[in-house]
Amino acid sequence: MNAEQKNQERYEIRFSGSGGQGLITAAVVFAEAVGVYDGKYVCQTQSYGPEARGGKSKAEVVISSSPIDYPKALELDLLLAMNQAACDAYFYDLKQNGILIVDSGLVEQYPTSRIIAIPFTDIAKDEIGRGLVANMVALGAVGLLSGQVDLTNLEKALLDRVPRGTEEMNSKALQRGIEEARKINLDDLPRSIMSDDDEV
Amino acid sequence: MPIPAQALRHKYLRHNKKFPHVWCPGCGNGIVMGALLRAIYRLDIDQDDIVLASGIGCSGRMPTYLDFNTLHTTHGRALTFATGVKLARPELNVVAIMGDGDATAIGGNHFIHAARRNLNLTAIIINNSIYGMTGGQYSPTTPFGSKSTTSVYGHIEHAFSIAELAVTAGASFVARATVYHADLVDRLIEQAIKKRGFAVVEVISNCHVQYGRRNKLGGAVDMLKSFKEQAVTVSRAEKMKPEELEGKTTIGVLADRDLPISTEEYKKVRSQARATKERV
Amino acid sequence: MYDHGQQRHLLQGNEAIVQGALTAGCRFFAGYPITPASEIAEQLSNELPAVDGTFIQMEDEIASMGAIIGASLSGVKSMTATSGPGFSLMQENLGFACVAEVPCVIVNVMRGGPSTGLPTSPAQGDVQMARWGTHGDHPIVVLAVSTVMDSFTITIKAFNIAEKYRIPVILLSDEVVAHTRECVELPDKSEVKVIDRIRPSVPPDWYKPYEGDARGVSPMASFGDGYRHHVTGLIHDVMGFPTQQPREVEDFHLRMAKKISRGFPDIQMTKGFYLDDADFFIVAYGAVARSALRAVQDAREAGFKAGLLQLITLFPFPRRAVTPLLQQCRSVLIPEMNMGQISREVQRVNQGACNVVKYNRVDGKFITPREIYDQLIKL
Repeated sequence: MNAEQKNQERYEIRFSGSGGQGLITAAVVFAEAVGVYDGKYVCQTQSYGPEARGGKSKAEVVISSSPIDYPKALELDLLLAMNQAACDAYFYDLKQNGILIVDSGLVEQYPTSRIIAIPFTDIAKDEIGRGLVANMVALGAVGLLSGQVDLTNLEKALLDRVPRGTEEMNSKALQRGIEEARKINLDDLPRSIMSDDDEV
Repeated sequence: MPIPAQALRHKYLRHNKKFPHVWCPGCGNGIVMGALLRAIYRLDIDQDDIVLASGIGCSGRMPTYLDFNTLHTTHGRALTFATGVKLARPELNVVAIMGDGDATAIGGNHFIHAARRNLNLTAIIINNSIYGMTGGQYSPTTPFGSKSTTSVYGHIEHAFSIAELAVTAGASFVARATVYHADLVDRLIEQAIKKRGFAVVEVISNCHVQYGRRNKLGGAVDMLKSFKEQAVTVSRAEKMKPEELEGKTTIGVLADRDLPISTEEYKKVRSQARATKERV
Repeated sequence: MYDHGQQRHLLQGNEAIVQGALTAGCRFFAGYPITPASEIAEQLSNELPAVDGTFIQMEDEIASMGAIIGASLSGVKSMTATSGPGFSLMQENLGFACVAEVPCVIVNVMRGGPSTGLPTSPAQGDVQMARWGTHGDHPIVVLAVSTVMDSFTITIKAFNIAEKYRIPVILLSDEVVAHTRECVELPDKSEVKVIDRIRPSVPPDWYKPYEGDARGVSPMASFGDGYRHHVTGLIHDVMGFPTQQPREVEDFHLRMAKKISRGFPDIQMTKGFYLDDADFFIVAYGAVARSALRAVQDAREAGFKAGLLQLITLFPFPRRAVTPLLQQCRSVLIPEMNMGQISREVQRVNQGACNVVKYNRVDGKFITPREIYDQLIKL
């Protein structure tokens, strides 16, 4: 249907996990790279208040080549889930051939075989030395796999937003995420998030 | 040197439309208004540089009659408007004139916060222990046991001491007088306007029509006489025992201290902000 | 796609309001913390002192409203920002700003109500309150924003209307617009039209602060400029002094109404989408207008002749834009995040010409394009 076609002009990403994982920051950096540096239309929103405490928090980025009317995600092209609760809750918002990326150290049960699992938090802890920058490792992976952002611009936007003195650590985290994502071949993934039986 | 009353009248009263005023014969508001004018005259402040703000009630009408920049605001809010004026034009002398209900009931929160904030403002509170304009209902300063149109069986609540409240809330200058002590009111208002910081002058006044009559306190003159009898100066009060001070009114300067003024402090904020923006 | 350049910024709606206010010349803000409007106060506390402006956090919203009126009377463009509960407290002094004709801007970032309601959820429940919240008969201007760019441009427009007509202007945002980040290209300051109040040119002795010119608007002297006039919340004569004379009271009210009605073409702002050949149309405002636009585009692609009239000015209700469409179309759909506060205005001007259909959502959730689309194709 036409609505479907229209939506294909949009590219929708949701960064999800628990409050405190820095998902809003990741989404803002992504939006800034796409909007300010790449020059596309972009809308960035997030869950607020009690909704954002504890269990699951989300931040979204909608990207388009034309002005964006509805600012929130309608059908996700890419879902990043940094914990099990977010993965379970938001998996159903993905498009059929959308991309699901999870932190393999924090999400144990996979809802589909069409999944990209990377241990973002472990990489951040073990290789960068700060678990806190797991969001930036994930951002690197989302940046590469979404194919929606110039990665140089993504780094520029990142360096603009992070506190002084943490630039090197954050940019290293971002690069590790990109590197990790390069190992993934999207064409090797199962075609759809639903099995053939699910399709009506 | 005494100030010629006629000079005051000609200089400061608005003659184009607004007399006679709304106050009852014998009302203490006129004494306070006269004291304010004498203080301003003595301080020789340009009329253009004075903003007189008021709230609602009998005292609220005072600015209407006076030839300054005048602002008759909503009930209890005189100090909030005055705060905006002072912050926008710190060079102006801003005086808020309020009643007891105005300043300490509906405007009580604004009053204590204005004192805490310590802007360079002057607050004059005419305390006549009653809501006069609305017909004699009890106010936050109506004494325990008094009769009013909303406490016909005697008032069961306790009164605020406005000046003491201002001291506790952090005002730079706090003083009290009664309308019997007109000269003292003059001097205290003069000191308050000169004071850099939030300055409060509480003036105990008579509402013989709404308060005195219901409580058998006599007419205006009788009430003024009782103010004279009840008044104790601050220095004398210091030497008196609490039980001796029962039923007395302490008059004079209760607090006079130099504290940072928020308009001055804000200048520092501005230069810090400019410096920060320039660095970016 | 935008041109590349350094002028683009990723801003939240609330941040864009701040930028708009500063561009319009706002140099005074008084407020009290409240979700979802606090970002406006936080940013202005940072920005205003750097441009010789003043920020103050007052003890409540009553005081905030009083302070901005005091500052505006002293010649400084002033604003406050709040949400429903604070907006309730502001109504008293908002009335003062109406009667004393004090230009100022009041931002209400709407959240779910009544009372404490749903502090972090979007809603549009304060629309009629913005119109009639303060007591007494009074005209008022209420504007609504739906994008981050709107939040910038309409804030400037709000200040311009306030200054031009000497009135308080209410700017309604909502939680969705306030917290959405979008990329905006802020125009160079030289390209922005900024209107300042007219100041008296006559000597002080001749000044009549409430006489009104041909437009019904009086030049406005600031405190401290030598005009020593009287400002009161009482109904007043042309000199500003209280009056109860029926003739003067009536003159006052009629001038209040006249100055706004003369300004209709300037004040009433709407945006039309796909309306020329529309058989049915949507009336929407605020964040919901965004969902509605998508629904209309989808309907067009599915072969339905749908259109959208987006209201930027909610009050005075832009009947000149709405009425011809009510004549042209069979049906009108009004989606709102309330029980129907603008639909009653549409019904009022409709007078039976068109089939008026409401779509309301009051569960704290933002209306989606799909819901509107489903309603639209039923028309």
